[in-house]
Formats: sequence, C-alpha cells, structure tokens
Amino acid sequence: MTDIAQPGAQPGAPAGAWQDADWTERRLRRRYRAERRFKIYGLVAVCIALAFLAILIGSVVATGYPAFVRTSVALEVNFDPKVLGLGEAPTADELHGAEYPTLLRETIFATFPEVTTRKERRKLLKLVSKDARFELRELVLADPSIIGTTRRVWLTASSDVDMLIKGNANRDAPEDERRLDDRQIAWIDSLGASGFVETGFNGAFFTNADSREPEIAGIGGAIMGSFYMLLVTLVLTFPIGVTAAIYLEEFAPKNRITDMIEVNINNLAAVPSIVFGLLGLAVFINLFHLPRSAPIVGGLTLTLMTLPTIIIAARSALKAVPPSIREGAYGVGASPIQVVFHHVLPLAMPGILTGTIIGMARALGETAPLLMIGMVAFIVDIPGGPFDPATALPVQIFLWADSPERGFVEKVSAAILVLLAFLIAMNAVAIYLRRKFEVRF
Amino acid sequence: MTEDTDAMVSLMMDEEVAPAAAADPEAPPAPRTRMRARGVDVFYADKQALFDVDIDLAQNKVTALIGPSGCGKSTFLRCLNRMNDIIDICRVSGSITLDDRDIYGRDIDVVQLRARVGMVFQKPNPFPKSIYENVAYGPRIHGLANRGSELDDIVEHSLRRAGLFDEVSDRLQQPGTSLSGGQQQRLCIARAIAISPEVILMDEPCSALDPIATAKVEELIDELREHYTIAIVTHNMQQAARVSQFTAFFHLGVLVEFEATEQIFTNPHDQRTQDYITGRFG
Repeated sequence: MTDIAQPGAQPGAPAGAWQDADWTERRLRRRYRAERRFKIYGLVAVCIALAFLAILIGSVVATGYPAFVRTSVALEVNFDPKVLGLGEAPTADELHGAEYPTLLRETIFATFPEVTTRKERRKLLKLVSKDARFELRELVLADPSIIGTTRRVWLTASSDVDMLIKGNANRDAPEDERRLDDRQIAWIDSLGASGFVETGFNGAFFTNADSREPEIAGIGGAIMGSFYMLLVTLVLTFPIGVTAAIYLEEFAPKNRITDMIEVNINNLAAVPSIVFGLLGLAVFINLFHLPRSAPIVGGLTLTLMTLPTIIIAARSALKAVPPSIREGAYGVGASPIQVVFHHVLPLAMPGILTGTIIGMARALGETAPLLMIGMVAFIVDIPGGPFDPATALPVQIFLWADSPERGFVEKVSAAILVLLAFLIAMNAVAIYLRRKFEVRF
Repeated sequence: MTEDTDAMVSLMMDEEVAPAAAADPEAPPAPRTRMRARGVDVFYADKQALFDVDIDLAQNKVTALIGPSGCGKSTFLRCLNRMNDIIDICRVSGSITLDDRDIYGRDIDVVQLRARVGMVFQKPNPFPKSIYENVAYGPRIHGLANRGSELDDIVEHSLRRAGLFDEVSDRLQQPGTSLSGGQQQRLCIARAIAISPEVILMDEPCSALDPIATAKVEELIDELREHYTIAIVTHNMQQAARVSQFTAFFHLGVLVEFEATEQIFTNPHDQRTQDYITGRFG
C-alpha cells in the first residue's frame, strides 16, 4: 500500500525531484488520496456488516416479542361437584381424575347461553385453549375448598384468539381465509368489551415444555435439556481438554507421533458437526446402548466436537506464557509439574477459560449432531436429569420452524432471542474473566 | 565458518588449559574447585555450539565468561545447572562435576541440582506474584521452612543479602513486577539465594539495567562471593574486570583462554583474546 520514495531508483522521477515542489505535492496528494480511499472501503464494509446485523436482530425482535405476551380470557367458573363427578370428601386421586373437560365446556356454554346449536358450540370451544382444563385442575388441586363455589378464573386463550388480540391475524380478510369466523370474533369482542380479555407477560413460555398447542408451548424443557447437555459437556471437556493441552504443550516429546496428533486435533476442529452426530449415534447409542434423545448422549457427542477447540485454545494460552517465567521457576529448582501448576497454568487460566466458554457457546448453538442422536423428538415433559429424554434450544427452534401453526412463528423468533441472550451472556462472562484475571508483565 | 572453528579446535588441542589454581601463583592456599567441566561439547540438533570446553569454578571466587555474541558462553552456563534439559534439541556430552559428582549422572536429580546451583537470568523475571511470594516460593517447594515465621526469616535474610530489604520492607505484599528493573533483578537474586544454593550462575544479569542499578548489582556480586561460588556471563569487559577473579574467553564455541582475570586483561596469551579485550572485534 505504501509507496517507498527512492528518487534515484525511480526511472520516472525527474532529476532533483525533492526540490521540485510540484512533483512532491503531486506525490503527497496521491498518497493522501489512497489513504482516504482505503479508509472509506473499511467504513463501508463495517457499515454493511452492521446493517445486516441490525436487520437480523430487528426482524427477530419484531416477530419474536409478541411471544413474551399472551392473552387470557376470564370465565365465571362454577366448580360444581356434580359436573366434576365428585362425591363427598373426594380423595386426591379422584380430584386428579375429575371431569375438568366437562367443567370447562359447561362453563363456556354458560357464558354464552344464547348459543345452542352443536356446531356453534364447537366453535365456541375454540376460543379457549384445550389445555385450559389442566389450569382448572391445578386450581382445584391447589385449593380443594373452591369446589362448590363460583370464581372468576383467567384461562389461557386459544392461539387463534391470541393472534387476533395481538393483531397478528387480519380481521378484514375474507371469512373463509380466517382461522376465526365472524361469530367467533363477535364473541371475543363482546368478552373484551366487558373486560374479560386481557394480555399479560407470558411466564409460561419460560417454564413450559413443548406442546402441540402454540399458546402453551414453552422453551422450559429445551432450556433444561440444553443445560444438562452443556453440564455433561463442560464436566468432560474441561478436564480432558486442559490435561491433554498441558501434556502436549509441556511434557510430550516433539516427534513424529506428537506431530501427527497435533495435525489430527487441528483437523478434528474443522470436521463438520454432523459427522460427530453420526459418530455419537454409532458409538454411544448403538454400541454403549445409552438412551436415545437423552442429554447425556448429546453432551458426550458435543464433548467430542468441543474437545479439539478447547485443546487448541488451551495450548495457545499455555504457549503465550512467557518462557522467562518457566526458566525462573526451573531456576529455583521447581519440578516440571510444579512449574506447570504453580506458574504456567495460573497465568494461562484466563485464556483457557475464554476458550472453554467460547467452545461451550458453540456447543449450545449446535443443532446438526443432536438431530442424529434423536434429540429432535417431540417431548412434552421437562427433563429431570441427563438421562431423561429432552430436546435442546436450537433443536426446539428447528422443530417449531417446521410447524404450520401461525402461533409458532413468533415462538421461533422468541426462542432465537433467548438463545442469543444466552450466547451473549456467555461471551460477556468470557470477556469479563479475561479482563479480571489477565496478568500483565 | 566451519573451517574456522575446525582450525580452532586443532589449536585448542595443543594449547594447555591452565588449571585455575596454577593461574594465580601468589594465592597461597589453592581455592577449592566446586565445579569442574571437562571436554564439554554441546549440540543444538546437528549444529555444534560448544567444542571441548574445560573450566573450573573455584569456591568463593567469581568466574566471568566473556566473548562475542553467539560464542556459547550462555550455553555453557546453562549446562552447569542443566537448564539446557528444557530445550529438546540440545545435547550435552563430556563431564561436568559438582563436588566431584557428575551432574549428568544417573543418580542426580535435576531438580535437586538446580536447588544447589541457582540461576539469575538476563532479563529480570520475577514471578507475577507478591515480592514475598517470589522469595518464599523456592524455600516452600523444597521444604526449607517448617513454620511461617521461619519462612519470614528466610525471606528477610535473602532480601537483606540481596540489598533489597530496606527498599521493599514496607510493601512485601505488592507484586514483584511493580519494582524497577534493578530492583527486580536484585529480587531475582534474592529468590536464587533463598534456597541457599552453593553455586550461583548469572547470565548477563546487568544487561537490562541502567549504570546505577548495575553498580549496585556488581557490589552485591562481590559481597555474595563470600558465601557462594559464582559464574557470570557478561558482555561488559569492565564488569568482568571489576567483579571476577577468573575469566574465560569464548570465541565461536571454543574456550580460547581461561586465566586469572588480571592475567587476561593485562597479558593475554592468545591473539584473539588480545583483539577482543582491546575492542578490535566482537
């Protein structure tokens, strides 16, 4: 980029060029122009990158934020023991298995007594989530004394109503292209007019597991699945990776075998992740018969994938420790192990931790290998441990993105936001640790 | 280059290396030799860095190793406490003894050896820990102190001996890297003597220091001589003349001349030594 001024060596330069003000000025102007031009290229590149980032985040936030809000409908529920099919002093089992669907149905019909035909009544039922009956059950189980009383209860609205209230569904579209027909919209509007429809923060999105009903599907199960998976990965990769790095960097003899190992580690870091998924399927599930869809298998597979990254990061962190520190420690008669554990490792720790967290962040966002080992299954229970079937955050996003319901669109974006938040948080922790523990010389 | 060195090797053959004691006829009792190197060859991979070096380090004397850059004096120094073991491609042959025991022998533990033969490096390299920890580290890993107060005593004693205690006594918990260059180097000397070595090797200890700090370190070396056997590599010929009793001149991996310092600087035998100390090359 720089022109080296050598008047003698330049055949084109006029004699006594340095005295020639015009010539010097021309050269200077040309150099300044080149510098300005290069600066502009750089600025343009940065602006383009920022614009794309803004578009990406903007579109995800714009589609995703309604998912953090959900619509509820208030109904006057008469917890009539006859409707519930309960006798005097029911047992816990009876309470659990009572006729909540009937109760829900009767309640809705009672709210709109003018609706009498079978067909219309079925439409009426579509206003409230199918899972509202479980909400009723929770209420009764939490406080059995409400049986026999009438209460106003907020129940989750169906996804169609939710979309309508949030304005995601078009009211003006022709009736046959809408999920809700004119009658249903009129019912909702009448409920809304009397203050029986409300939107609020969707806490259930973070605590529920997956569901067929978009209005109650949540990422709680996926978060727990990802958590157990990363736990397994961290517990395995960190000690194995760091120990391997220490051995290779500090103790291993430099010969053909260690060269081979080094080349292979570098190659493994570049292997597509789906290949690790196949490996995990073949080894952990087919050979060791570990459970399918379980975070333990996901964690083991991601361990294989993350190990090379962590070994490489740890090795470069160890390599960055100045040799003078090692010499000083050897000079006072420290053994090689003491040199490593008292001096080199503490100084390399910030770098190792940063590498580990970045490896973990990559593992958190990994989808392909998890598809291979069956973590793509539809699972409605929140996993209680690494051996329970589970799914992971990115896989959940993948699953929802495949679903046809309008309600899942916003869920996809919301889950992406949560995933991004986790990734940003992990990277922030990595930067914080590096700043905090960095030792300057 | 190789022809040159070959020629010198043959020169060395018929040249007799004067034993340290014989070099100084006026000294009535011959100083006791602590370390003795005989026929030391050092190779880095295929390249030979030292050719058949014979040197004795005498008790309570300072032996200076001088010579132009790349002549192998640091390499030789690092053979004396087996620091070269850390370098994979380095190979040492010949014999080096400490109190008549071969330090490359099978029964020698290299960690133990380095505790007996301490080292101070060219660039001050305190550990990025507190001043106290820097000095206390050696005694701690070698189990030289049983109680905390014993360790405190060792730290204070070592810092005093290195002439640093009065300057840092009120900030022992501050990082060693916060000291000035000269203080850092004296801290490294304190760190080396904290484990009571018998021999101290110094690899150009003043090359990164200003003249005042250099003067302090030189003074210190002269005091340390009372308790230790010292070998020092230096580029500075005045320094060699000031602090040492014996001087070895290296050139291109060959020990050209090893004599009493006075002898080397006033009446060298070899033309190359003459040329070097008068500044004609190097």
